[in-house]
Amino acid sequence: MAKITFITSDNEKVTLEGASGSVMQLAVNNGVSGIDGDCGGVCSCATCHVFVAEKDLEKVGDASEIETDMLELADEANEFSRLCCQIEISEAIDGIELTVAK
Amino acid sequence: MMDKSKLSDPFEKARVEKGYGHMDDQNDPVTILLRHKDVRKTAHNWKTFQSGGEEVGRIVIPSEVKIRDTRQIPFEVDPPLHKEFRSLLDGWFKRPNEPAYQEKLHKQISALVDEVLNKDEVEVVRDFSLKLQSRALTLLLNTPFSESETWISWGTHVFRSEGESLDADKANILYNYIDERIIEAAKNPGEDLYSVLLGSEVNGKKLTHEEVKGIMILTFAGGRDTVINALTNSIAYFSEHPKSLHAIKENPEMINNAVEELIRYFAPLTHMGRVVTEDTQVCEHAIKADTRVSLCWASANRDAAVFENPNEVDFDRKMNPHVSFGFGTHNCLGATHARQIMRTLLGILAEKVASMDIINTDENIEELGEFDRKVGYNAITVKFNKY
Ligand code: HEM
Ligand code: FES
Repeated sequence: MAKITFITSDNEKVTLEGASGSVMQLAVNNGVSGIDGDCGGVCSCATCHVFVAEKDLEKVGDASEIETDMLELADEANEFSRLCCQIEISEAIDGIELTVAK
Repeated sequence: MMDKSKLSDPFEKARVEKGYGHMDDQNDPVTILLRHKDVRKTAHNWKTFQSGGEEVGRIVIPSEVKIRDTRQIPFEVDPPLHKEFRSLLDGWFKRPNEPAYQEKLHKQISALVDEVLNKDEVEVVRDFSLKLQSRALTLLLNTPFSESETWISWGTHVFRSEGESLDADKANILYNYIDERIIEAAKNPGEDLYSVLLGSEVNGKKLTHEEVKGIMILTFAGGRDTVINALTNSIAYFSEHPKSLHAIKENPEMINNAVEELIRYFAPLTHMGRVVTEDTQVCEHAIKADTRVSLCWASANRDAAVFENPNEVDFDRKMNPHVSFGFGTHNCLGATHARQIMRTLLGILAEKVASMDIINTDENIEELGEFDRKVGYNAITVKFNKY
C-alpha cells in the first residue's frame, strides 16, 4: 500500500491509499478535483497534470520521452511536472505529495 | 481480403521527406503540416497561428469565408477570451462522465444495436451511425429525444453537399433551426444547453443571440461527421477483426485503450487550419504572414518518430499521444462525449454481436491537394450477426 496526498487548486489536502494501478486512476476514482484523466491514461490528454513535491522527485522517478514531450507544451509546466497517469502506485512512492495543476 | 476497413496513410512520403504538403483552396492555399512535433508545437503557438482572426470561416478547409458570417465559439476565438468561453462550457461538456448520463447513453445504443441485429442488412452510415450520433446529442444538449428525429431527417449532408462542394442552402437548414430553438428557449427557458447559455455571462456580459448561435452551430457541426466517421469505421474494423471484438468481450478493461487506439487510427477529423499572423518557419520551411497552415492530425498520428508500427491497430499500446482530438488551446470540447459513445459502443458490440459481414462499401475519399485520404464511408452495408 502507498499513501498519496493531493493538494487541489482550492488548497484542499486529500490523502488516498492505493495498492496498484496508476495515480491518475486512484485520483479519478476518488473524485480529486482537477484530475480528469480524459484519455484513460494513454498520455494523450494532459488532464492529469501534477507537480511533485521537491522532496519526492527521486521517489517518483523520471518521465519517459513521450511524457516529457507532452509536458513541454502543457500549460504552466515546470521541472516538477508529471502526468500522473504515468506514475504507477507501489510501496516505493508511499508518502508522496502532489499538487494538482488545474 | 481484410482491407475494406483499412485507412492508409497518404502523407508518409511527404512527412518523412519534407514535413509538409500543399493544397489549393479557393485561391487561399494551405501548407499542410504533417509531423507530430510540428503539429503540436503549432497548435500550441496560438499567437502566430491564429484561430480567431477577422475573417470568419477561414480556418476551416475548404474555407467557409464565403458562406458563413456567424463566428463559431470557442473554435474561432483566441485567448484570453477563448478561456472565458471554455470555462463557461467545460463543465457542461464533462457531463458524459456522470453515471446517469452513461446509463441513458447505454440504453440508447443498446436499443439501436438490437434493432440492427434484427435486420437483414443495414446501411451503417444512415441507419446506424447517424441515428446513434443524433440520439446521443440529445443527451449532450439535454433536449427531448424526439429532436433527434429532425436531425436524422436532415441526412448526412447538412454541411456539405455531394462532392464536398460548399453549399450555403444546406447549411441554412441548420442555421434556421438553431435560430428558432434559441428564440424558443428565450421565451420558455428550460434546462437545455440553449437556455443555459442564454442565462450565462462572459466577462460580465450576457451572451447574445449571435454568440449562443455560434456555440450551437459548432456543437452540431463539430460533433456530426466526426462521430459518424468514428462509429462507421469501428463497425468496419470489427467486421474484419472479429477476434478483437471477442478479446474485448473477454477483457472489457481493455476498452479504454482500444478506443484511444481506434481514434488514433481513424483520425475522424483529418486536419484544421490556422491563419499565420507573422512571417515564420515550420520545419525549416518559410511561411508568410496572412497565409494559412493546417494541422494534420491524421498524419501526425502515423508519425513513426512517435508511434511504433504506426499503420497497425494495436490495442496494447500503453502510450498513445495521438492528436485526433486536437492539441492545446482548442482541444476538442466534445471529446468526453465522443469517448463515452465509443466506449459504450465497444462494450455493447462485444456483448451482443457475434460477427459482422461487410456486403459492400462506398468509400469517402477527401482530396487534399497532393493527397487523397480515405476518412470513412459515404455508405457501407453490413450484416450484423447475433450470438
Ligand atoms: C470522434 C469525434 C471527434 C473528433 C475526432 C473531434 C476532433 C476535434 C479536433 C481535432 C478539434 C480541434 C480543432 C482545432 O484545433 O482547431 C476539435 C475541437 C472541437 N470539437 Fe471536436 N471532435 C469530435 C467530436 C466532437 C463532439 C461530439 C463535439 C460536440 C458535440 C465537438 C465539439 C468541438 C468543439 C466545440 C471544438 C472547439 C474547441 C475550442 O475551440 O476550444 N467535437 N474537435
Ligand atoms: S490521463 Fe490523459 S495524459 Fe494522463
